[in-house]
Amino acid sequence: MAIARGKVVAIMGLSGSGKTTILRLIGGQLGPSHGSISVDGQRIQQLSHRELYALRRRMGMLFQFGALFTDYSVFDNVAFPLREHTRFPESLIRDLVLMKLNAVGLRGAAELKPEALSGGMARRVALARAIALDPMLIMYDEPFTGLDPISTGVIANLIRRLNDALGATSIVVTHDVEESFNIADYVYFVSAGVIVAQGTPESLRGSREPFVHQFVHGDTDGPVPFHYPAPAYARDLGLEPRP
Amino acid sequence: MIGALDRGLRQIGHVVIEAVWKLGAATRFSGLVLSRSSECVRRPQLTLNEIYFTGTLSLIIIIVSGLFVGLVLGLQGYETLKRYGSAEALGTLVALALVRELGPVVSALLFASRAGSAITAKIGIMKATEQLSAMEMMAVDPFARVLSPIFWGGAISLPLLAAIFSALGVFGGYLIGVVIIGVDSGAFWSQMQANVDLREDILNGVIKSGVFGVAVTLIALFEGYDAPPTAEGVSYAVTRTVVTSALVVLALDFVLTSFMFTGV
Repeated sequence: MAIARGKVVAIMGLSGSGKTTILRLIGGQLGPSHGSISVDGQRIQQLSHRELYALRRRMGMLFQFGALFTDYSVFDNVAFPLREHTRFPESLIRDLVLMKLNAVGLRGAAELKPEALSGGMARRVALARAIALDPMLIMYDEPFTGLDPISTGVIANLIRRLNDALGATSIVVTHDVEESFNIADYVYFVSAGVIVAQGTPESLRGSREPFVHQFVHGDTDGPVPFHYPAPAYARDLGLEPRP
Repeated sequence: MIGALDRGLRQIGHVVIEAVWKLGAATRFSGLVLSRSSECVRRPQLTLNEIYFTGTLSLIIIIVSGLFVGLVLGLQGYETLKRYGSAEALGTLVALALVRELGPVVSALLFASRAGSAITAKIGIMKATEQLSAMEMMAVDPFARVLSPIFWGGAISLPLLAAIFSALGVFGGYLIGVVIIGVDSGAFWSQMQANVDLREDILNGVIKSGVFGVAVTLIALFEGYDAPPTAEGVSYAVTRTVVTSALVVLALDFVLTSFMFTGV
């Protein structure tokens, strides 16, 4: 799998197919059992603790449910990476935080606590926090899960706009076909830990590959069966003698 | 018969392996917490915040308990000493009991249930809601930024709390013995002064509470960090913190006492 610089790449697949694991591997939170991961020419698993942390400064990650620090305000959440990694005076930090919050449309919510935010707002704040240090790589873990259509559209739009404005590279892990096909430059389909299909959204829409067809069209049965593997139905109900 | 035996043995083996594995994980965890302590030195404010969180906020329960333990000690001590005609030794009895044993042990038990449980819940929920993961991805080491300051906060707080507990206890003994029952005030204080040794008694008590502070805070941190990210997971972890801390404190107390106070 290769992620080109400056592009928005979507990684799609079923829940539990190892999509989030890919992000954790890229971020160095997990080590690969075999194979290797390189980010900007650096082999992740060969980096020392210090080098890994230096590389992570250039990455931003949006967690599925935002993972905001619950005892900090929205402002302090976004300010956190700036305060930890820079020695900027407080006035400059304030300006930067307000700029980041303005980019996600939540400048007015700076003084709120995370528990006062809706799911979509929390994710936008987390996005502002993830881009606080202008990362070269932004990773999104299921950014659309559990959002209403408007919030979904807002987040999708932000992913594309921020990527282009920051000149960054974005990896979006998702199972939302419509939104990701709208914003992605390239799409990978993974299933059970292997890439089953890849291509631009246009080429995949017309794909005849059975898995992709089922996924894109949301068919209930196909290569991915509706039923979890189980013994014969009649036997489970006691209508047939057990072997 | 053989089958049951086999199952029993398997069960025992499973439990032992689990316990050894957990002990190993806890040791490695403690090593990480200690080795990432440099941030606490560079930014003392982080540790100070945690001393407030674990120490200052535990003050009320420590003060009230210390006072009442002292009152009871004074009352019971007086009743016993009176039989041997040595009621003036009340000051010595109260002070020694507090600085050697009750101060460090009872404040450690209170600390485990007041601050230890709070630490476990906090870390458990931070882990469950991916806050620690998020910090890691922001290139901020959660061990250096969160866990280590809490550890030092707890390890510094407990000896101070134990000292306050003992002081309040002595005051409680004085209230009952001297003010209410009428033991001679001069005898109460001078006996105490003569028989409580700074190194043998007070310093040993402080060492004890320091050891308890390290143990309780590490247990609380580890249980929180190790908790499964579910509601039951965190609630069991909090319970385990309080129970394990209590047992470890009592066991350590026995060991420390047998080393410190032999032949005195």
